[in-house]
Amino acid sequence: MPAPARLGRVFRVDGIHDLGGMQGFGAVAHAPAEPVFHEPWEGRARALMEVVLDAAQPNGGEFRHAIERMAPGHYLTSSYYEHWLTAAATLAVEHGLLAREDLEARAGGRFPLSGPVLAWPVTDPVAGASEPRFGVGDRVRVREWHSPGHTRCPRYVRGKEGVVVRLDGTYSLPDVEAHGTARRYEATYSVRFDAASLWRDEQRGVWVHVDLWDSYLEAA
Amino acid sequence: MSGGGSAERGGRGKQSGGDPVGAAPVEQRVAALEALLTERGLVPEGFIEEVTRRYETEIGPMNGAKVVARAWTDPAYRQRLLTDGTAAIAEIGFGGAEGHHMVVVENTSAVHNVIVCTLCSCYPWPTLGLPPAWYKDPPYRARMVREPRTLLAEMGCELPEGVEIRVWDSSAEVRYLVLPQRPPGTEGMPEAELAGLVTRDSMIGVARL
Repeated sequence: MPAPARLGRVFRVDGIHDLGGMQGFGAVAHAPAEPVFHEPWEGRARALMEVVLDAAQPNGGEFRHAIERMAPGHYLTSSYYEHWLTAAATLAVEHGLLAREDLEARAGGRFPLSGPVLAWPVTDPVAGASEPRFGVGDRVRVREWHSPGHTRCPRYVRGKEGVVVRLDGTYSLPDVEAHGTARRYEATYSVRFDAASLWRDEQRGVWVHVDLWDSYLEAA
Repeated sequence: MSGGGSAERGGRGKQSGGDPVGAAPVEQRVAALEALLTERGLVPEGFIEEVTRRYETEIGPMNGAKVVARAWTDPAYRQRLLTDGTAAIAEIGFGGAEGHHMVVVENTSAVHNVIVCTLCSCYPWPTLGLPPAWYKDPPYRARMVREPRTLLAEMGCELPEGVEIRVWDSSAEVRYLVLPQRPPGTEGMPEAELAGLVTRDSMIGVARL
């Protein structure tokens, strides 16, 4: 994998994938029944993703991060299987399985890949809080933080207060494992937010639950 | 949906019509990746067809429907399902990728649950199969956490004002399955027949039975 750009400062780089609460997308194109794959290429793209993951053995979270690094315009105007195709091809190139020029020569045109990794690899596991710091019923606040790399903390809950409703055991923190070989294992929680407090509106009786790692939270 | 030219999808439905400017058509990009990986000996014979077949015929919402029908007919099973979803679902033979940590949330006449993944497309594969396109597209992911009551009504799931809505954003390792309410008038119906009533949408939570 090529050395990621080391940045003099941390850019605010919330990805286009972080869609919760964004407006203007219109109606859901809902169909009660639809085929598993709409076109034969979708099934093939799905299987090729597994081939690439098997061959490249990326870090956990690295595949998701490859999708998140897609150009925003491309992300919003392509189907999910095209996201998977783009991420699979990106990882295949980054891990040295294939060359981009070969992909483009074979495809007979441009083959858009995801943009570069902006975060640097985490090599030292940060001393982790693997014991849960919070319990069911505790009020917590989500830290205001904008990751330069992969994270599973959605933007729409940052800075918001909620209540822990469930402890889900200890898992590797994606923000660390997506960027190198280090691992940090932490407690995860389901945190309940009152929708009216998330969106500062009048809706009543609506609760949004988000599953969050210990690092994302502080006591409220 | 593909080729349907659905206005809502803004041309996304016909995938090959949405290629980025100057890019090779998506079918050709897939074929190029497949050819190069195959030449490097990385694609086992028949692997692609096998993956496709598995998700088209073996892994789908018919699995989740069996879990739901069992919970409707066996109170002890229902309790186990709500206490430890992963273990109870494994009893019926389902588990694996995207199903290692299952939490089952139960609808009642006072509470409605619905699942979403705002960051990507997390979904309980062993019980529901691969997610439908609309579940992965921006409108659903953006709006289900912002205005669920309005969006559910738009999707045909109109809830009385007093019904509490619980949205579950699958942002970490847990995958959710909604246990819908058993429809009235089905007393005495055998489990296998009940399973036939359970829809994918009712287990996502965008429909009630």
